[in-house]
Amino acid sequence: MYLTKEEERMLNSENETIRKCMEILVAVGETNDAERLVEITSAHISGVSYDNIGDAGLEWLESLDGRVRVPTTLNPAGMDLKRWREMGISEDFYENQMKVLEVFEKLGVEIVLTCTPYYLSRPKFGEHIAWAESSAIVYANSIIGARTNRECGPCALAAAIIGKTPYYGLHIKENRAPTITVKIKGNLAAAGYIGGKELKDEIPYFVFEREVEEWELKLLGAALAASGNTVMFHAEGITPEWEDFEKPSEKIEISGELKAECEPDLITIGCPHTSGQELETILKLLDGRKVKKEFWIFTSRKVFSEKRDVVKKLETLGVKVFNDTCMVVSPATQRFECVMVNSGKAFNYLPSMRKVNVAFGNLKRCVEEAVKG
Amino acid sequence: MKFKCKIVSRGYAEGEALVSREHISFLGGVDKDTGVVVADSDLKGQSVAGKILIFPGGKGSTVGTYVLLNLKKNGVAPNAIVNRKTEPIIAVGAVIAGIPLVEVNDEVFFEMVKTGDRLRVDAKNGYVELIK
Repeated sequence: MYLTKEEERMLNSENETIRKCMEILVAVGETNDAERLVEITSAHISGVSYDNIGDAGLEWLESLDGRVRVPTTLNPAGMDLKRWREMGISEDFYENQMKVLEVFEKLGVEIVLTCTPYYLSRPKFGEHIAWAESSAIVYANSIIGARTNRECGPCALAAAIIGKTPYYGLHIKENRAPTITVKIKGNLAAAGYIGGKELKDEIPYFVFEREVEEWELKLLGAALAASGNTVMFHAEGITPEWEDFEKPSEKIEISGELKAECEPDLITIGCPHTSGQELETILKLLDGRKVKKEFWIFTSRKVFSEKRDVVKKLETLGVKVFNDTCMVVSPATQRFECVMVNSGKAFNYLPSMRKVNVAFGNLKRCVEEAVKG
Repeated sequence: MKFKCKIVSRGYAEGEALVSREHISFLGGVDKDTGVVVADSDLKGQSVAGKILIFPGGKGSTVGTYVLLNLKKNGVAPNAIVNRKTEPIIAVGAVIAGIPLVEVNDEVFFEMVKTGDRLRVDAKNGYVELIK
């Protein structure tokens, strides 16, 4: 891989953090046959939960001494930073989690704790970014037209500290061409869960048979990336690059129907974190009815405060709206038997990560389940 | 006998070769306290501790980046890793843990090298030497 003089200097820097970060970028670049590095405008880091990184990971993060060079955001943690007691989080977990967050804060990372950084600050079309949350990667590439590969957590951190990432894969326009045409019927989150397994690392070109909402596309992308390896899709007439390439001749059809039933004692929305529009939709669907079951919504602190009036109305109807975390990364979900979701990503991860049964329903069904009790 | 290599994670190491012929992501199947391979593979039951670990490559590993770091912390990491074509998660894990990792793109090397051979991995100057 070609390195500029300055990059060479950083690779041999006296400063161990700079040297290590540069070594990480070179390792990723060399293994992917990147020709060079490219400047990025933002980074988003995953691997925040203490469960996930453990003592060895924490020790390594603590050893870093530097500052990020580009705006850098952080994925959700294992709890709501203010209402963790209400979630049933232990004192021990709280303390370990705070240690991890302090390390990131010291590095200059914005502790936004959301998997939807694009609702906080939206990258521009064509910008090179280094993001490490699989659902956000699909969103950024597909719906915004920004460019990122599937970065690993430490890779995105290294990219943030250097301000660059290896130039290969989806950073290059010609690698963003669709490889298969997929006609989608039914629920998009369910279709994503089913499709991810089938499509693996294809770049699908979707054709829908009805109008779809922005948040449905978000759920579709998140599910594809969770059950498969999808990093990007095109949607006919919708996404910004859909007309830029030849339409793939290979065609398949996916029907978004998931049969998964159990008697839910918790209903959760917000994987990925909800937008303001989703909060409003839920309020409308509730139509003044109180929930009779535990009904949790996860969103970012920013959307929460922007939509404070909606949140207040939801909470008077018995809904709990949490920030900073979600049903998948928080151990709080573990004490329930059956969790109902409208998310293909949560459907994919909850059984293995939180040892609970999952029921699947669209947003409307989730709301009806909550009010019927 | 010297073989040229591509440096992925820098460093220098010597040691005894432990060779797998399989294209598997067995790093997820290594016990982090003992360094013993527990996953089904041709290395099952053997320890990677202190060895020059040689295998063709990873199969899209789903294991975390910190696996090698945990092995290193527990004193049971391999001294170096040699792949034909490596995989980014292993590569980054090796960098973070400070374990030299190189790619050798030479069939002759993989035909010659046997478990128990002595090897020198120079991931500063870019060669692997079979000392025997």
